[in-house]
Amino acid sequence: MLGLSKKDTRFLLIVIALTLLTPILLQPFPEGSGLAQFNAGYPDLMQRFAIFGIFAIGFNILFGLTGYLSFGHAAFLGVGSYSVVWMYKLLSYNILPGLILAVIVSGIFALAIGYISLRRTGIYFSILTLAFAQMSFNLAYSVLTPLTNGETGLQVYTDDPQILAGENSPTSPHLFGIVMRDNFWQPSVGGWEFTFNYGYYFCAIVAILAFYLSLRIFRSPFGMMLRAIKTNQTRLNYTGLHSRPYTLAAFVISGMYAGLAGGLLAAMDPLAGAERMQWTASGEVVLMTILGGAGTLMGPVLGAGFIKYFENIFSKINDSVLHGWFGWMPDGMEDAIISVSHFFVGKSWHLTLGLLFMLVVIFLPGGLVEGGQRIARMFRRKKTSDSDAEHHPKPAPHVGE
Amino acid sequence: MDAIILQVLNGLDKGSAYALIALGLTLIFGTLGVVNFAHGALFMLGAFCAVTLQRLFTLSYTVIDETQTDFLGNPKKVQIPYVESWFGEDFGHWLIDWSVPLAVLFAIPVMILLGFILERGLIKHFYKRPHADQILVTFGLAIVLQELIKYFFGANPIPTPAPEVFQGSFDFGVLIGFPPNAIIYPYWRMIYFVFSLLIIAMVFGFLQFTTFGMVVRAGMADRETVGLLGINIDRKFTIMFGIAAAVAGVAGVMYTPINSPNYHMGMDFLVLSFVVVVVGGMGSLPGAVLAGFLLGILEAFASMNWIKDIIPGIDQIIIYLIAIVILLTRPRGLMGRKGVMEE
Repeated sequence: MLGLSKKDTRFLLIVIALTLLTPILLQPFPEGSGLAQFNAGYPDLMQRFAIFGIFAIGFNILFGLTGYLSFGHAAFLGVGSYSVVWMYKLLSYNILPGLILAVIVSGIFALAIGYISLRRTGIYFSILTLAFAQMSFNLAYSVLTPLTNGETGLQVYTDDPQILAGENSPTSPHLFGIVMRDNFWQPSVGGWEFTFNYGYYFCAIVAILAFYLSLRIFRSPFGMMLRAIKTNQTRLNYTGLHSRPYTLAAFVISGMYAGLAGGLLAAMDPLAGAERMQWTASGEVVLMTILGGAGTLMGPVLGAGFIKYFENIFSKINDSVLHGWFGWMPDGMEDAIISVSHFFVGKSWHLTLGLLFMLVVIFLPGGLVEGGQRIARMFRRKKTSDSDAEHHPKPAPHVGE
Repeated sequence: MDAIILQVLNGLDKGSAYALIALGLTLIFGTLGVVNFAHGALFMLGAFCAVTLQRLFTLSYTVIDETQTDFLGNPKKVQIPYVESWFGEDFGHWLIDWSVPLAVLFAIPVMILLGFILERGLIKHFYKRPHADQILVTFGLAIVLQELIKYFFGANPIPTPAPEVFQGSFDFGVLIGFPPNAIIYPYWRMIYFVFSLLIIAMVFGFLQFTTFGMVVRAGMADRETVGLLGINIDRKFTIMFGIAAAVAGVAGVMYTPINSPNYHMGMDFLVLSFVVVVVGGMGSLPGAVLAGFLLGILEAFASMNWIKDIIPGIDQIIIYLIAIVILLTRPRGLMGRKGVMEE
């Protein structure tokens, strides 16, 4: 189906089902129970899962396949956001023109940056992309203020032209009248409450398309070429192939993915700030991809979901919640446990993230996906043939390393 | 002319910090072959050594002074630092005043020890792994160190003043024959520059004129052969990691009066220091120092008003712009050796 093998079709169908059922799956605990704060089924967070999933899928096309570690992908995210907000300001709150523009502009941007950066490999490439992204960030903060509104961030004001906006058109981002922040169904089954939100489903459909595209790229001759570049670029050059057009194409594609993700961020919340371009944001997508498993199809999405979940859920656990959990313990022990867990939750959840990330890099270079595979292999020892090898190519040293 | 000299001087202090961090980065890269993204965090830890020492010295107890009264007529409460009551008022006061320079002595053993622990506990296992893995694990380490500091010291910058003697500025222009008030320069920045020159000279001297340094240099050139000669090169390299950490640490300590330390200062400097290392040439120690000062000074020049009028925003991007130009025209950086990070 759709040019995929039977196994891939099944894989895609599972991904589609999981994505569409997310509002139910992420709401496993009934409202009012002590565990309800672990529910992640609210629209804002689910949208982030989908958007950063797209971002990480795109990054993975570059890093996972070719092995070029870009530290400047956030620049494209920021450019995408700015494009969408500018379209709001000039045309109307309809998100479609903005998203199209976001993909085009970030593609052009990626072409320019990639054309220069890809002349070098290894750490030099990383530094070049980092330099370009930091330049964009600094400029967006200072000189380009007329274009980016500097520190305040770009937003829509009432005196903006909005030439396509009619009398009755919604005053928040919408797709031909479907307002993104509206919920279309909020059923309550027993103690469980579910929220079905237009914005999430829009992001989810875009994410599924993005995932399908990346699946096709992974399986295509083009994808094979990118993997060959990762495995041994020198040898590829000896066969008479010029590899740069391929890496450049991968760079532009992943830049467009990032632009699309940035555009969607602005489509859910009509704001664009320069901090989205800072190198910490680039670092975040690197974390997501590695944590999930670089070079695998599902890994980056898992990593993105994982980090966003931690960011939103772990950071909410504060003192009173901890006291609620450990209240049954003797006083001294309770205080000791709470003061220890202080390190890891609430405001210091970054510490947990850093530790987890280090552990993954040290013990599970293949990320969460490899961890899952190892566990799965433990359960079916007898079937020795590694049936999933095609999905997850073995990591190999990069040419620049 | 005086304006040019002033900008050179203004660039020196930042340039010194870049040079010191880049020097440590290059030392680690040249010896261990590890790309250390946690080096900025070591710089930051050094700065917080100064904060810690300052806090230790100012630990106080409260006494009620009956002779003085506050505006409500109650006896005034006076905070007396322990060091003043232990060592006498004068010496105790001197200790508090001089806590930043003294923190250098405190930071060196702490940072060397920390360097040993990091190298033996973590970095050692990454010699054979790809550079991307090294970048990633040290990046994770940097996050962890930074969050620990944030947990214990909070997110706000902590002011750590220089000793009173060195606060304020002096007229540098008069010393070199300019009219008075032409070139005013803060004392502490001058001290920072001299101090960093001293550290750089010490590192180079150590590598050039001691047997230990000779072995390390031989190991940098050909690790395997040195190992075959029966020298435990791993141990020497571990010590070099400790020294590199200490260099970053003291750079951080002395930088605290210039910029109040906060938990993310390491990351801010790390990005720029990596640019410096790459501009100088990966693996070249003189290149790192040269590029550090060069970029610091150019940054100062770019923030002059008339230059900003010609090219708006140039002060924000000059370092990255130079890095891009140099990487594209001289792919090995200013003084890079052939074959480093290239094969």
